[in-house]
Amino acid sequence: MTTLTKRVGAIAFAPIGKGLSLVDRPLRAWQKKTGHGGMAAFFLAPNLLIFGIFIIIPLIINFMYSMTGGSALFLADRTFIGGDHYARLLDCEDYTRTVTCKDDLFWNAVWNTGWFVIIQVALMTVVALITALILNSDLRARSFWRAVFFFPVLLSPVVVGLIWQWILQREGLLNFIVYEAGGEPVNWLTERSWAFAAAVGVSIWAHVGFYALILLAGLQAIPKDLYEAAEMDGTRSTRVFFRITLPLLMPNLLVVIVLSLIRAVQVFDEVYVLTGGGPGTSTMFLTQYIYEIGFASLLRNPGLAAAASILMGAVLVVLTLMQLGLARRGQKGSV
Amino acid sequence: MSRAVAFLTRRRGGDRWHWTDVFTFFWLGAGLIIMFGPAVWLVGSSFKTPGQLAEFPPTILPYVEQVVEVEGFDKPLVLYDVTMEDGSVQRLAQVRRIGTTAQMIDPAAPDEVIRVNIRNREVAREIGFATENYAEPFQRLDFVRYLWNSVFVTVMATFITLFTNSMAAFALSKYKFRGRSAVMLVILATLMVPLSVILVPLYSVVSTLNLTNTLWGVILPTVATPTGVFLLRQYMLTIPDELLDAARMDKASEWQIYWRIVLPLTAPALAVLAIFSVVWRWNDFLWPLIVLSRQELYTLQVGLYSFSGELNVQWHFILAMTVVTMIPVVIVFVFLQRFITTGIAGAGLK
Amino acid sequence: MGRIQLNDVKKRFGQVDVLHGIDLDVGEGELVVFVGPSGCGKSTLLRLISGLDRPSSGDIVIDGKDVTRVNAADRGLAMVFQSYALYPHMSVWQNMAFGLQNEHLPKSEIASRIDEAARMLEITPLLQRRPGQLSGGQRQRVAIGRAIVREPTAFLLDEPLSNLDAELRVSMRAELAALHARLGKTMIYVTHDQVEAMTLASRIVVLRAGRIEQVDTPLALYNTPQNRFVAGFIGAPTMNMLPGTITARAGDAAHLSFVGNAEASVAVTAGASGDAVMVGVRPQHMRLVDPSDAHAVHATVSLVEALGAETVVHANAPSGETLLAVLSGQAALQRGDAIALGFDDQDLHVFDGNDRAIAARA
Repeated sequence: MTTLTKRVGAIAFAPIGKGLSLVDRPLRAWQKKTGHGGMAAFFLAPNLLIFGIFIIIPLIINFMYSMTGGSALFLADRTFIGGDHYARLLDCEDYTRTVTCKDDLFWNAVWNTGWFVIIQVALMTVVALITALILNSDLRARSFWRAVFFFPVLLSPVVVGLIWQWILQREGLLNFIVYEAGGEPVNWLTERSWAFAAAVGVSIWAHVGFYALILLAGLQAIPKDLYEAAEMDGTRSTRVFFRITLPLLMPNLLVVIVLSLIRAVQVFDEVYVLTGGGPGTSTMFLTQYIYEIGFASLLRNPGLAAAASILMGAVLVVLTLMQLGLARRGQKGSV
Repeated sequence: MSRAVAFLTRRRGGDRWHWTDVFTFFWLGAGLIIMFGPAVWLVGSSFKTPGQLAEFPPTILPYVEQVVEVEGFDKPLVLYDVTMEDGSVQRLAQVRRIGTTAQMIDPAAPDEVIRVNIRNREVAREIGFATENYAEPFQRLDFVRYLWNSVFVTVMATFITLFTNSMAAFALSKYKFRGRSAVMLVILATLMVPLSVILVPLYSVVSTLNLTNTLWGVILPTVATPTGVFLLRQYMLTIPDELLDAARMDKASEWQIYWRIVLPLTAPALAVLAIFSVVWRWNDFLWPLIVLSRQELYTLQVGLYSFSGELNVQWHFILAMTVVTMIPVVIVFVFLQRFITTGIAGAGLK
Repeated sequence: MGRIQLNDVKKRFGQVDVLHGIDLDVGEGELVVFVGPSGCGKSTLLRLISGLDRPSSGDIVIDGKDVTRVNAADRGLAMVFQSYALYPHMSVWQNMAFGLQNEHLPKSEIASRIDEAARMLEITPLLQRRPGQLSGGQRQRVAIGRAIVREPTAFLLDEPLSNLDAELRVSMRAELAALHARLGKTMIYVTHDQVEAMTLASRIVVLRAGRIEQVDTPLALYNTPQNRFVAGFIGAPTMNMLPGTITARAGDAAHLSFVGNAEASVAVTAGASGDAVMVGVRPQHMRLVDPSDAHAVHATVSLVEALGAETVVHANAPSGETLLAVLSGQAALQRGDAIALGFDDQDLHVFDGNDRAIAARA
């Protein structure tokens, strides 16, 4: 692996190197003038510039958007309306009944996303854990099986959505199998609850390999001699699982749960391609709401979309902080 | 074969079947069908003709109808295997069908018309690939443009990502300067800001910079990934500082230290980041969808999506284009699986 | 060429003073060894000289030129690092050429310098290999070679032998000594190993806690340590330190009594009758004497290390002190034996309450 990398690296760097050596002379002058501090600034500048323009500034603008009304994109053309967008989004007589909300589409998306997150994360964690445990057993051709479960992770959401749309459509493969088994064909993508289930299932299909891999890494990091010691003590295998494997895997498991939470809250691409949010609004999630309100729909309202995205961002910040906290605790624990 | 049997029947602990063995086989078997099946089905279907795609029940492998040119008929005739009254099977070409009776001829003796009950005939088919599903989008549609756009975006974004991220990581791992922890904090904070949260303002920034409907508008917002900076910084921290000191004694400038010493030594981490960047950028969908509204600028993903949304869904083209879209990622996966798994296990990249 | 002077050099990391004002003059062609326990500041001092770090105050002068603010690259020095710091992605040849290419030397000059250094260090067959393919000793040679080709005014070596196994360390030590003799260049060598210091140095600088304890030739350090720390640090096994008192002082002569009833007369430069002192005796200066000798140290053997050519005896005095004696030849002793250890009075070292040496020595 390393020799390959080195060779590839050498070939890749040769022509670039020639070009880069040209800038050495002016940079030496800069270094002489400014010292290490100046060089640090030089090395950081490109990244921070792009950071600033495309992440920091939009973050600031986002708040300004959420406080202003109208459909114009330029801030100067927008009128200040204070917290009206937030008020509108949060105005609800009964939060469990979306029809009573001022922005029922938003609350519909919130509830869809909430249910999606709960169901998807729970199933995802269980499936990933079982898969990781099986991949960690003394399996032959393990890398093949790992590849089987992992490869959908790299597929693009559009490809994932289209494959499954093709399989789940009324005349698709799944209905053929159902028909052969003696069942009635189902409208997988045009019946509300089936479409939602399909969204959950497809997103698990697309991402489970990633989480299984994280758990597998955790399992492989558990020292073998612990199991040997347990075997010497004659510990039953279920007990070994609950008293050794699970506690030692806990840091990875928590990472998987939080990471999949964060991604599930943002679910969009593959479901959007699969169902387009339909039927009706039964698979329309928060990101799609932001996208539709911000860009696509006739009722374009960037301010409202910004306000919604800030609410979503707040949830994500909480989740990310949880993840970072867990990661830090995990690191301490492992040392 | 015996090996396969031995593999399939090997059990935990040797002699007795344990329930976990059964479960393992069940899980792996189901996994193979559910995870791999759709892809196989996709590839198989992508070579089918539109008629065959509409067929019910479907077949896994693509077949093509056999046709024959017969003198006196304008169109090629479809061949059928006909069970004759005496029980023998003959291959005949169908001229026309009236009700439940088909008029057929023997291509070798086209003058004699044979009437056959349609229940007694079956289309003669052979495995064959409808390669026009692939050829036509390349010729007629803007598919090559999309492909080129995607390649351009992927290559440029990856190149810039590697370059800027490695420079930032170098500064953050090898220099002590005032504000270093502040910079780290800012980068850390941006980890929490997914694209979907800043969609609207990011679009206004990009349009202010006149980058809407340009590929650079797709590329630039994606390249300053905090993940990449972190990954590379962690790796660079493992490069001993003595090496840099040695280079300084060797009269190397800081820039030379970066690209002659540190960058080559970071190659494994750069490779991991490069692979992930390629996959990320190749697969990007929502952002290009927003930035690009002119069709000739579409990336593959957007092109594919918009094509699938057309009124008259032409699945045979869509499936073929989906396969083409998959190919680079599959190649990356097959050859660089090890890097990918280390990237995920080591850094939680995705 | 190659004179290095340090004037009141201080170094502070944050709140911590690492070096408290170092004055030192390294002459042309000298091989000066910085020695001291870990954390004494010897490596920091070397890095200040190299220019990789800057002193908090004080000057560094090389060949009469103040280089305190001059970059490492422009001081004309070459350094050999503890970890060798060979560039892992470059061949041995490229490693040696890197610095020369940065100086924009002509290709032919680079090639001839590398050829010559490689021949001198016998690494010519290794020139196309990567550092990862070399043994520890070979890497060491390459690291030295990389320094030699630069033709520096002085070499700085930071614990260059500490990553080698014991056997290799001895042979590399000899080679380094030969190399120094051959090149005649100034070398500053950092080590925590006093044997290396003793065998290599023209002069040794003993450092402790950021201060110079003593600067002298190896034998002068051994024979006349100026304080208790140097006395304990130089020489192996460590010098025996026995608490005692001056019982009488007449002119230069002082009468000492220590460890029970051992007695000695030593010429001293300071100290008065009744002062508590430490009496130092090198284990090599101990010998077995008749138990009836009243001036001897009486002790019980606790451990005998028979090395063949010599015997190291560990013994406990009745008052609790542990004594070490290195006896030449083989001694028929075993654990529990009562022995008497004698010494010559002029071999004794005497330290006052401030740990300064007060014995007058020839």
